[in-house]
Amino acid sequence: MWQSLVPIWTAILAVGIFIYVALDGFDLGVGILYGFVEPDQRETMMSSIGPFWDGNETWLILGGVGLLAAFPLAFAIIIPAVYFPILIMLLALVFRGVAFEFRFKQIHLQRFWDGAFCGGSAVATFAQGMVLGSFIQGFKVEGRVFAGSSFDFATPFALLTGFALMFGYTLLGASWLIVKTEGGLQSWARKAGHISLVGVCVAIAIVSIWTPLASPAIMHRWFDWPNRLILAPLPVLTIGLAIYTWRSLGRDDELTPFLASVGLFLLSFLGIAVSLWPMIVPGKYTLMEAASPESTQAFLLVGTLFLLPVVLFYTGWSYWIFRSKVRTGTGYH
Amino acid sequence: MMWDALFLSRLQWVWVVSWHILLPALTVGLASYIAVLEGLAFYTGNALWARISAFWTRIFAVSFGMGVVSGIVMPFQMGTNWSRFSDTTANVLAPLLAYEGLTAFFLEASFLGVLLFGRKLVPPWVHFFSGLMVAAGTLFSTFWILSVNSWMQTPAGFHVEDGRFFPDDWWAVIFNPSFPYRYIHNVTAFYITTGFVVLGVAAYLLRSDRSPVEARVMMRMSLNLLIILVPIQMIVGDLHGLNTRTYQPAKLAAIEGRYDTAARAPLTLFGIPDDAAGKMKYAVEIPALGSLLLTHTVDGEIKGINSFPVDERPPVAIPFFSFRLMVAIALLMLFIAAAGQILRAFGRLDTATWFLRLCQWTAPLGFVAVIAGWMTTEVGRQPWTVYGLLRTAQSVTPSLTGTDVAISLSLYMLVYLIMFPTGIGFMFGIIRRGAAEDSLGPAAVEAGRTTTPYIGQSGD
Repeated sequence: MWQSLVPIWTAILAVGIFIYVALDGFDLGVGILYGFVEPDQRETMMSSIGPFWDGNETWLILGGVGLLAAFPLAFAIIIPAVYFPILIMLLALVFRGVAFEFRFKQIHLQRFWDGAFCGGSAVATFAQGMVLGSFIQGFKVEGRVFAGSSFDFATPFALLTGFALMFGYTLLGASWLIVKTEGGLQSWARKAGHISLVGVCVAIAIVSIWTPLASPAIMHRWFDWPNRLILAPLPVLTIGLAIYTWRSLGRDDELTPFLASVGLFLLSFLGIAVSLWPMIVPGKYTLMEAASPESTQAFLLVGTLFLLPVVLFYTGWSYWIFRSKVRTGTGYH
Repeated sequence: MMWDALFLSRLQWVWVVSWHILLPALTVGLASYIAVLEGLAFYTGNALWARISAFWTRIFAVSFGMGVVSGIVMPFQMGTNWSRFSDTTANVLAPLLAYEGLTAFFLEASFLGVLLFGRKLVPPWVHFFSGLMVAAGTLFSTFWILSVNSWMQTPAGFHVEDGRFFPDDWWAVIFNPSFPYRYIHNVTAFYITTGFVVLGVAAYLLRSDRSPVEARVMMRMSLNLLIILVPIQMIVGDLHGLNTRTYQPAKLAAIEGRYDTAARAPLTLFGIPDDAAGKMKYAVEIPALGSLLLTHTVDGEIKGINSFPVDERPPVAIPFFSFRLMVAIALLMLFIAAAGQILRAFGRLDTATWFLRLCQWTAPLGFVAVIAGWMTTEVGRQPWTVYGLLRTAQSVTPSLTGTDVAISLSLYMLVYLIMFPTGIGFMFGIIRRGAAEDSLGPAAVEAGRTTTPYIGQSGD
């Protein structure tokens, strides 16, 4: 059953999820790093993401609902399978989201809300990483429903991807801080970026060794001839970009570390896509099989092709409005 | 078993959506109010409007933040706890939810940042425009989500294949039979809810002499809104009820507390519904008025709940009582709106202590009415998620155990019981500080969020 719109929706969804990861990634990363700085730097860090975070989280809703609309079968199987990681992620996002407002209004409980902001960011990130790990490993499916237990998600691999994503998001967060701050906080962010980058590289290496060993299909995908040759640029580029990111973090260069970190995410994203293609429920359903009918996809595509550029335009516009650096102690009081 | 995954999932849905609906009930109306105030400030240049706008924008910021985080929870509920519902209905409903995200959420999130933080960074007309865009976003969001809800009540424009819904006619799907009534009824309810909040807060500020100038203006604005909208809402509610009679007769029977089909049916004012016995106990009735109200003729027939198969009957008690609560609140609201105008005509509005006190105490009435109305329509739809076609029991995620949902429900309860009272406490704090101390200065614009704002390039 060939549906001409499935590739288009696959692309839109992939782009949407990637935008979410890159954008909410940096603000969740700033949230995690928030726990590691002196209290007088915290306000600056929070201000660096204040106007952006709720827009960034909107991409999460769009990713979820987009999956539901374009590949409903995948949504109906994957989300129940990661019941608890999703629950934990949502509750952590709730805590962290309200901490933005509450910390400035409950001064006597500021330590609590600081903890909620940092802890919420860390837990939400870890939970997202576990969702990713569970997804890569695949689920127990019977017919059109998830047939395992709600505790199936707790595997060593999912723990690994949980920690991996924490390093990834702190790398994005640190390089965002380099763009948005200056002075002591900026130098601190460069160091934090270096440490996170080491964690990211170790995590990418372990995942790259683990997945082919655990799954013969992924092994064949990467190491059969001629795939080996065609796909070789991907790991080579990743190594090259990691080195480049390391150098740009140490140089007097403000925007490059962020762009390079996003690039590392993009390559990892492509790596996962190569491993799983064309499955959307790994081991069970392909993108084609899980797709909604053409009438549904066409109806949504018409509006999306018009609205998504508009959304990107004014999202970009609000980033442009708040393009300058945030500074400590220069606020209008 | 009572405490199974199905029952607990329903409780969890009630819990997360009941808290969430309180926030749009305030923010939809408040966003429009702020847009009006920003417009007045922009066109007249009078700082009074900007002060009032800044005051409500601070409250809006807190409620909107809580609305965003409790709203992200909602679409994921459909996957975690209602995956069979998702699989069955997604072809028809998911694009509407996606359009909500595309048309509303991004609009709100992007322009809210400018509204809150950007007064110094953008020209005044852009600030006003941002207010308009935020308000438009809230109305778009309401449009799509109510279209989805209405389709579940009165499904149209689809066919069923392999036990799943497939779209045939999108216009019929979106503008399904109950949608226009439900949309107007809901938006009006949200505006009225906000109107009573503004009225109550203004009455408080006036009584405690915190910012009397601003309070008087707020009071008059909200009374003008309410004297128009409350009567309109009663008419719209009546039309909505007639629509329910046509498309969801079992729900209507539950609302009316009517067990046996009857022509010249009485209106049951009060009683104790007994589903097992199939009759209303201790009923207090007015003869023939039920038929008159619902069919607009004295002899019109109203179908009773006993005429439906046992497994297709909604429970009567909740729709019966919550509907009566909603109507009672509407009558009280009408009294307040009218009394306010009468006092105003006699020049006594600002000094009638009893009235100001009444306004203060009735400020949360709209929220109670919204929850009551929502309970009426949702419980009245049972035992279906898609009326007459998909049962609630067949909608739940099959892999869930009672324990799974007991854990998640407990955590949602714990987190919401921390978050919502705290947020509501903040709003009270903002109200106590009043609107007068604000100048047009940035302190007001920053909405209390942070003392480290963005420095505009030009201001460097």
